[in-house]
Order: sequence, then structure tokens, then C-alpha cells
Amino acid sequence: MNKVDYKVLVGLEIHVQLCTRTKMFCGCALGFGEQPNSRVCPVCLGMPGVLPVMNKQAVEFSTLVGLALNCQIAEFTKWDRKSYYYPDLPKNYQISQYDLPLAANGYIEIPATNGDLKKIRIRRAHLEEDAGKNLHTAGNFSQVDLNRAGTPLLEIVTEPDMNSATEVRALAEELQRIVRYLGVSEADMQKGHMRFEPNVNLVINRGDGQFKTPIVEVKNLNSFRALENSIEYEIDRQLDQFLETGEVMEMGNKSTRGWDDAREMTVLQREKEEAHDYRYFPDPDLVPVRISEQWLSEIKSRLCELPLNKQIRYVKDYGLSDYDAGVLTADRQVANFFEASVAAGGEPKRLCNLLTQVGLKLANTRGCSIAELGLSADGVAELAKMTEAGEISASAANTILEEMAKTGKSPRALAEEMNLIQKSDAGELEKIVDEVLRDNQKAVDDFKAGGKKSGKARGFLLGQVMQKTKGRANPRVVAEILDKKLS
Amino acid sequence: MDWLSAKQLKEKIASGKISSVEATKVVFERITKIEPVVGAYISTFEEQAMAKAAEVDKRIAAGEPAGKLSGVPIAIKDNMCTTFGTTTCASKILANFHAPYNATVVEKLLAADAVIVGKTNLDEFAMGSSTENSGLKQTVNPWDTTRVPGGSSGGSTAAVAAGLCYAALGSDTGGSIRQPASLCGVVGLKPTYGRVSRYGLVAYGSSLDQIGPVTQTVEDAALMMNIITGHDPADSTSVDEQTAPIPDYLEKLDEPVKQLKIGIVPSFNAGADEQVRKAIANALNVYNGLGADTIEAQMPHLDYAIAAYYVIATAEASSNLSRYDGVHYGHRTAEPNDYIEVYTKSRAEAFGKEVKRRIMLGTYALSSGYYDAYYLKALKVRNLIRQDFVKAFENCDCIMMLVSPTTAFKIGEKMDDPLKMYLSDIYTIAVNLAGIPGISIPCGFDDKGLPIGLQILTPAFGEDKLLRIARMYEQQTDWHKRKPNLS
Repeated sequence: MNKVDYKVLVGLEIHVQLCTRTKMFCGCALGFGEQPNSRVCPVCLGMPGVLPVMNKQAVEFSTLVGLALNCQIAEFTKWDRKSYYYPDLPKNYQISQYDLPLAANGYIEIPATNGDLKKIRIRRAHLEEDAGKNLHTAGNFSQVDLNRAGTPLLEIVTEPDMNSATEVRALAEELQRIVRYLGVSEADMQKGHMRFEPNVNLVINRGDGQFKTPIVEVKNLNSFRALENSIEYEIDRQLDQFLETGEVMEMGNKSTRGWDDAREMTVLQREKEEAHDYRYFPDPDLVPVRISEQWLSEIKSRLCELPLNKQIRYVKDYGLSDYDAGVLTADRQVANFFEASVAAGGEPKRLCNLLTQVGLKLANTRGCSIAELGLSADGVAELAKMTEAGEISASAANTILEEMAKTGKSPRALAEEMNLIQKSDAGELEKIVDEVLRDNQKAVDDFKAGGKKSGKARGFLLGQVMQKTKGRANPRVVAEILDKKLS
Repeated sequence: MDWLSAKQLKEKIASGKISSVEATKVVFERITKIEPVVGAYISTFEEQAMAKAAEVDKRIAAGEPAGKLSGVPIAIKDNMCTTFGTTTCASKILANFHAPYNATVVEKLLAADAVIVGKTNLDEFAMGSSTENSGLKQTVNPWDTTRVPGGSSGGSTAAVAAGLCYAALGSDTGGSIRQPASLCGVVGLKPTYGRVSRYGLVAYGSSLDQIGPVTQTVEDAALMMNIITGHDPADSTSVDEQTAPIPDYLEKLDEPVKQLKIGIVPSFNAGADEQVRKAIANALNVYNGLGADTIEAQMPHLDYAIAAYYVIATAEASSNLSRYDGVHYGHRTAEPNDYIEVYTKSRAEAFGKEVKRRIMLGTYALSSGYYDAYYLKALKVRNLIRQDFVKAFENCDCIMMLVSPTTAFKIGEKMDDPLKMYLSDIYTIAVNLAGIPGISIPCGFDDKGLPIGLQILTPAFGEDKLLRIARMYEQQTDWHKRKPNLS
């Protein structure tokens, strides 16, 4: 039998819902979960005689994403009508961008499996309006909810540069972090703010040649898990199908499949790609958009360091683990707070522990961001400094941080109030050590006997000192004294 | 009192010599008597009109300020949205459509204290040159009730000619104000594209549509322009007033244009009726008598205007009319088997022949593989025509030509020959492609007693000069004072 090895090729289309104040072409507020057809006006209902007015904020948000994805931003772009009939599309055309997308020819870096970075090319990113929703309720009729109609969507299309489901997921997660960092989307998967459509096929090398399997587009995935699993499934399915039928990619045999979440499998939706003719033409109701250099540089000034760059920098500059750096950079506000605390003189690793072990937990319970806990970067830095200096123990620091968030008091005031300042006075501690040695002769003997019991005995003695001081002795100083006395 | 101009009536009402209630009553008396013959209106609002008239009278009696149209009865073409009554576009598909908002021009009329008499008949969705394509009723020419009033604003021009209102609004996509104005012996002005807001005008060909006044006199046209023009934030294609300031069109109306240079295109009158050509020649003589010079303008691309127009207008129409699908509002077929049938049957049942013809033409022109050969080519022709006008206006103040190759034709005469019908717009269409303003003013009658119109064109945003040039002629002649005998 011939040996079969294969390479996976995946390209991704991603729809990101922007968090603008109003819809793409009218003044309606964006919504989620409201009474059907309560966030609508004549314009987004597609009433006779209405005209669209472009949302400038949506263009700025999209440009920002384009810049973050290293794209060329179009100096001149325009709006096109994409025609198709569907009940959730009030005008029966969607205002989109056809041949002159707002952004093109960029790339995004994602963490590769070998620990390096991998560049995935971005073909284009363009802005368009979302459709409404068809509700198939009971009975032989359907209902249409147009609350979502006209919501601004940024469609991002990558080249087929991803070679595994893991890479696809990494890109999706990275993009989520980026749009959240830029403040252009809430990117809430549960609310459908990000929807994915991967194009998957395999390049198979066998003794008798190289073969490409037909491309499959999986429609409308709205979770990272479904995205990853559907690709895994497709890889297996396409390999099996090839081995069984030998069918290879040719003109017109791209098919569309859906993801069945319950059965964990893709299901065929359309066998052959239909010859869609969207009859694109420039929308005569809207004027073309010119992005002047001045406007572009104004938008550029709102760019920030991207999460992956930050994560790498935290590992390199602060010696944090990749995991911790990932946690701190997941949210821009957390990263900002961390960086401000570092700037205020806190030791990065210590700060990382405080923020990940206590800060994030608190924010989570309160359902707010770390910036809204009432903590100041200076205060947290001070707390870290005190811990570093041995004035308080690490566990005391955690307790103090919780109190800081409750009371807004300074760490020093709280440490004193709560009696958590460690005893580092050698004279005072020496007396206590002497007392402990006197009262625990057996342990002293065990220690001196050496061997297995020795370490255990030392630990016991140390614990006795800590107990006597109610945990407020600086363990490092105690250990020094103890070792000196016992030697 | 019937034959006062809108401006004369407005002044008499404002000075308390006539009440708006009296004037409105007379209009509705005429409507009761004559409208059954003329058929100009799709709907009338007697109760609402009388109430508005009474309210204006009350304010004037109390010495409070009244708007620029203080109580003058006005008609609106039924393709402009109003919150009162229906907005039908003379189509069965919108026969019972109640708009949830007022078009910007309607708001402006109401703010100017116009008394809105009713909404006038038109060719379905403004597609036609005789108002015979109305899906709801037949309008006849007040000068000969066996003949058409022209179209598509035939209801508005017939209403003004028959004294069923004092002035009206029409819309002009390829001549739909000027051609029926010519055939009904009234004044019709198509403003520069972007001068009047299109918000609330039910779109036919969005890049060509423009609302304008239909009036008894040039002076009334100036008065109406003072009310309806202006930038509208709801219409992105309306021009901002810094770029093109809006003058008071009445202020210098009576100042003749000195050393007026008139451009004529002698070769561009092929197929025109001998009597019509003669009337135009006589009109030019009147201008020459006022000291004007006549020069020949080169317009090499005019012959392609009709071809380009019927590609661009129908392409836009095919897209604009796709929203009438039976799903969201308007006519829906009785018992569809599925949603596709909701579309196909609703549209097949409710659209008229000409609308279907243009939707098919436009859909074809936009289809992939044909787009470049038709739509893109037509846009290039449009540009050449625009340049023709720009060049021509370097050597003259205005261009004068025919409006229509013939006077009003018999009802039914051209209904079986759409091409022949299309050719009746041959002299008006290029103006819409170029976006410039054009006016039709009465300049004589043929031997059957049917009115003839003279068309005057100026550069974009030159309406003030256009009106002054037209006014020079009006002050020398009495054609506009002749009224049809209908009683």
C-alpha cells in the first residue's frame, strides 16, 4: 500500500460586529435580546424613499483593525450593493464593499505550535451591514426580526495559510484579543459578535502523485470550539473520502457544509457551489469615501501595542512565564494596570502574582474590570515593594490587596492595622528562637542526628517560631538565626 | 380668483385680501367638478387641507408670521412619502402603503404653510412619458382630454394646468417634470442633482432622480425653489451649501441677463414636429430681440444619451425596486407555497408591464459578464455627455432646445411601442445624465391648440440664472396666461 501523507490548508472568513454607537447607515442603537423589531427605523427597515447615511465611526473602527493587521488602507473606497433575495434582508440588497475594500494585503501573527510566531496573510477587510434574523416558530409561517439589520460588520478574509485546526483557533483567539484591545468590538461569542467560515481542504501526497481534495466551506460557526472541531472533523472526513472515491478539487466542486453541534460533525448543505450572481454595482445613494492622510494619522494615533507583542515582551523583559504573560495581556485594561504598576516601581513577577491570584479573581466576582476595583497602580506597586522587602509575607500581601479593594486604604496602613508587618528584628527573634530550642529538645536532637529526620526537624522548629510570632516573623531571618544556632 | 399665480395668491392671503380657506374651497370645488374628467389625483385631503387653511388664516388674522407659502393649495406627486394618506407610486404593489415618515420636501412645504391638496398620479414608479403606465388610474391632458398629459409627473402638470392646485411638486429622472410641463403648457423645473433632498422620494434611478416644481409661472418656480432647496443630512448626495450656496431665487428674478449668449444644437432636432421647431425658432427670435446672441454648441455625444440612460436608470431601478417583495409591506400574494413564491407571485401580480420591462433590462445590464459591456460603458458615455455640457457652457450662458419632439399625443398611441415612447424623452434625458438644471416654459401652441415648451439649460447650480433667463421670455409673452377650457 502507498504511504499517504497530507497537508491541511485553511483560509478563514471572519465577521466581526463593531461596537459603534449606532447602526451602519441609520441612527438606531445596536441591540441584543430586545423585543423583536424594537430597534428599527424607516432606513434599516428598507422603507420606500429612505436613504443611507454612512457611520463614520464604523469606518474609523475598521481602519484601526486594518492598521493593526498590517493592511494597506484604501485612500479611496466606495459602497456597493450586493443583491440577493432573502426575507431577513429588507432591501433585498446588502450595502457592502466589492472591488475596493477598506483594507487589503496585510498579515496577522499568531503563536505557532513550535513556540515561534507565524504570519497569516490577510487578503482583505471590508465593511458591510448585517441582515436581520428569520425566526422559524411554530406553524407554517416564519417571522422576521430586523433589530440586527444594519449592524456594522467587518468582514476579514485570510489567505489559506493555516495548516491545522489549532492554528485556526489561535488566529481566531488572537483576532478576538486585538479587536477588544482596539475597543472596536465586544467580540462576545455568545452574542454572535464573531462568526467564522473556514475554507478547508487537503493536499495529499501519495506514491502516485499529489492530489488536492475539493474545498469545503463550513458556514456560520460562532464558537472557538465549533471552529476547531469542525476543522478536525473535516480533515478526517476529507481524507477518508479521498481514499474512498479519489475525488479531487476541480472547478465548481466546492461545497458548503454546516456544523452540527450535537452530533459533532459537519453536514452537507450545498453540493455544488451555486453560480451566485450578486450583481454588484456602486450604491448611488452614498458618496465614495476618501481617507485623507490627516484622517488616517488621526486614526493611527489610536493604535496601541498589540496583545501578542505585549505577551512576548512580558516574557522577555519581566521573566514572566508565557502562561502568566498570556493572562495579563488577555485584556487591555489588565495589561495597562500591570504596566502602570511596574512603572510605579513594583517588581513584575510579584505584581503578576498579586494581579492574577487576587486582582482578577476579585474583578471576576464583582463582574467588573480590574481598573474598576478602586485600586491604584501606585498602591499595588507599594504592596509589591513591601513584600519584596520582607515587610510582609506573600500571603499577607494577598490579604492586604483584598482589603485595599474594599477600603481604598494604603497597603501600609492596612498592614499595620491588621498587624501583618513581619518581625525582622534579629535580637527579638533570637530570643524566641532560643525559647523554641529550649522547649523542643527532641527536635534539636533529631536535627543533630542528621539523616532523613534532620530536615523534618528543622521545618518543625521553624514552624514553632512562626506560630509563636503568629506568622509575623520574617521566615528568611528566622531561618538564618536557627541555622546559626544549630550549627 | 382661479387664475392667480401661487405668488399672487400667497401675497393676497398674507395681506388678508383673500383667506386661505376661500382659496382652498375654490380648489376643492374645481376638483369636484373637473377632476372626474382630468384624473390628476390619486388621493385628496379636503378635511386636512381645510383645517390647515383655517389655521393659517387664524395666524394671519392674529398678526402672527406665516410661512413662505402661507395657505397656498399645493399638490405633491404620489412618489413622495407622507405620513398622511397613502404613498402609492401609482403601483398596485404600494396601493395601500402608509409611509411612517414625511419626505424632506414635504416637511419643508408644511413648514412653509402650504395647504396640501392631494397626491397626484404618475407613471408607475415614475417610469414612463405619458402617465399611461399608472397602475391606478388614467390622467388626461386638460387641453385635449383624448390626449396624454405627458409623464411621468403627468398628474402634477395636469393639476396645475387645470387649476386643481396652484403649484405642485414633480420628480424628474429623464424628463419627467419638463416633458409633461411642455405637453400641459405649464412651467416645470428640474433642479441640479443634489440641490433638493431626495429623502422620502421613492427611488427610481437614484443617480438621476430629482424633485422640482411644476408651476403656472417662472416666478412661482422661483418661489417654490426658495422652499424646497437645501442640504439635507439624511441625503448624502445632497450638496452642502458651502460648496454651492443657495441664493434667494426671487430676489433678482426680474433682472434680465445682460449680453445673454444662447447655445443651440441645430443638428439635435431630428424627428421633431415642424410646428414645434417653429415655435422654438420664434422663441429664440424673442430672445434675439432682447439683445441675446445665439451660437452653435458642439454636443457630439448627445445621440448616445438615450442608450446610456436606459442602461443606468434601469440598472438602478432593478435594485431599488427589489425591496417590493411582499415580505415586509405592500401587496402580498394570497396563498404562497413557500417564500420564493411570496416574491415571484407578489411581484408578478402587482407590478405593471413597463416596470417589469425595466427591472428585467436593469437586471440583465448588471449581470456578471455583461456589467462591463453595459453598465460600465454607459457610465463612460455619461461622463462624456457631462463633459460636452461643461465645454459647451464655456461659450454660452445657457443652451436652448426642444423639450419634446411632438405636442401631446393620443392616449394609447405609443403604448404598444416602448421604443417610440422612450424616444419622446430624447431632448430631456441628457440633462439628467449631466446632473444640470433644466426648465420647460410655455412657448406656443400647435394648430390643434396643444401647448409647446421651450427647454433652457444652464451649468450645475445655475438655477438663479436659469430662472432669470426664463423670466425674460415670460415677461415678453402671454403663452403662460392661456388656460384650457374645461368647464
